[in-house]
Amino acid sequence: MWTLIQIELFKIFRRPRTYIAFAAVAALIGVIQFGLKLDGDAYIAFMMRDINSSISVEGKILNGYQVCYIVLQALLVHVPLLISLVAADMVSGEANMGTLRLMLTRPVGRTKFLLAKFIAATVYTVLLLVWLAILALFLNMLIFGVDDLFLLKSQYVVLLRKDDIFWRYIGAFGFAALAMTTVAALGFLLSLFAENSIGPIIATMSVIVFLTILSTLSSIPLFNTIKPYLFTTHMISWKEFFDIKVNDANEAIIGSIQNPGRIIRSSLILLAHIAGFLGIGIWVFRKKDILS
Amino acid sequence: MKQSIVFLLVALLGGNLYSQDMTPLVRKLKAKLDQVNDYEAEGKMKTDVAFIKAPIGRVKVFYKKPNKFRLKKDGGISLLPKGGVSVNMNSIFTISDFAAIDAGEALVNGTHTRIVKILPSDENSDIVLTTMYIDEASLLVRKSTVTTRENGTYTIEMNYGKFAQYGLPDKVIFSFNTKNYSLPKGITLEFDDDKPAETEKLKNRKGRVEITYSNYTINKGIGDEVFR
Repeated sequence: MWTLIQIELFKIFRRPRTYIAFAAVAALIGVIQFGLKLDGDAYIAFMMRDINSSISVEGKILNGYQVCYIVLQALLVHVPLLISLVAADMVSGEANMGTLRLMLTRPVGRTKFLLAKFIAATVYTVLLLVWLAILALFLNMLIFGVDDLFLLKSQYVVLLRKDDIFWRYIGAFGFAALAMTTVAALGFLLSLFAENSIGPIIATMSVIVFLTILSTLSSIPLFNTIKPYLFTTHMISWKEFFDIKVNDANEAIIGSIQNPGRIIRSSLILLAHIAGFLGIGIWVFRKKDILS
Repeated sequence: MKQSIVFLLVALLGGNLYSQDMTPLVRKLKAKLDQVNDYEAEGKMKTDVAFIKAPIGRVKVFYKKPNKFRLKKDGGISLLPKGGVSVNMNSIFTISDFAAIDAGEALVNGTHTRIVKILPSDENSDIVLTTMYIDEASLLVRKSTVTTRENGTYTIEMNYGKFAQYGLPDKVIFSFNTKNYSLPKGITLEFDDDKPAETEKLKNRKGRVEITYSNYTINKGIGDEVFR
């Protein structure tokens, strides 16, 4: 199994397409960092215009933790599209090149073969997130320094002490890895049904865009009933790590999370999706007549 | 009969005018506070506003005559009500020309106080009206309601301890009105609906900031760079 995974990883990292996602993430973060370094105060002033009418906020709001949150908020919606570039190509790419049938002539079970490919796609996903963490968190901590994190939510604001933030980012990146693995599992499943790479990649992107739009349409009651079951609704639960609990005196409790149950529920739903996509994929692949 | 009415009016008006003039009491109070040229204080600040979730933070407060005031959180972000620079009485007493009117008596946390309304003579002053609840026996302001032109009305309650001789409180409770806060969910990328109970709680528009001072360093000199 380990050999199979190594072979799959070698194939992934040999292709130039793999590095598009790493380059895109670096370019996007670079642009955001450049913009915020030059004109970050104007951005903060725009975001703070509502709260500033009754509260004056003093301190270094634009710090590394804040910039990382801005980057994650902007990027984690789009990273799935980059992950589909590789995940949705895992099987269809082999079929396109005509190597799938050849590979399956070797004495390796189809389930094992598919699992090795999926694990390799997951490793790629995690590495992309590690790259994102290096650039968005650690680099921003170096460039902008660290301080308290002041977050604006739709109904309230949260102030997190600087010694109560880093573990939240570890949790958020861990959760994001789970969310992105769900996307990889979807792309992987769709790649079983095509013999070219473009179709599954575009299909994966379309499904994510479609479901994300459904997740945001909270004003239509019909969609509210299906929203809790869509994995795109749960992909943003990483933000729960940055909401703090308050006691009866309205004092924030250091080291607490407002809704830990929501994180657990979202994680379970994402895990169920991963298992579902992978299970269906294995079932389809075992029954499939491989002709390419 | 006519003479009696005139006598009665003079007696009433004269007595009333005498009781209304509280300038000497306010001047005495100002003189007490004037002992302090500058101070640096350490304390803990608690922000209690419905739409703010913030932990208790350690703060440092700096004051320098006549009205320089700075509150710094120890290496962090601080949230203060607008007009928060006037958290101390010393800043309020920078108004030199005012009329002080007696408005009766009241009990503040069990202490008998004289209510004094202070009206600045300067029409352009940001402070429109200050109502002070003065403990005449110990010459301390126990409570104050300040109405400003720019930042609305806020109330300051003060508890005194070992620095009472300088008129400096151990604890200050600053109450104020907040405006509604909301951002579109499209900006914050929140897809889930809030629970109704939480939304109701967020509608409370009264805010409080509590500062409990642990120590004061008085008249040791503070550089102007602290207030920049």
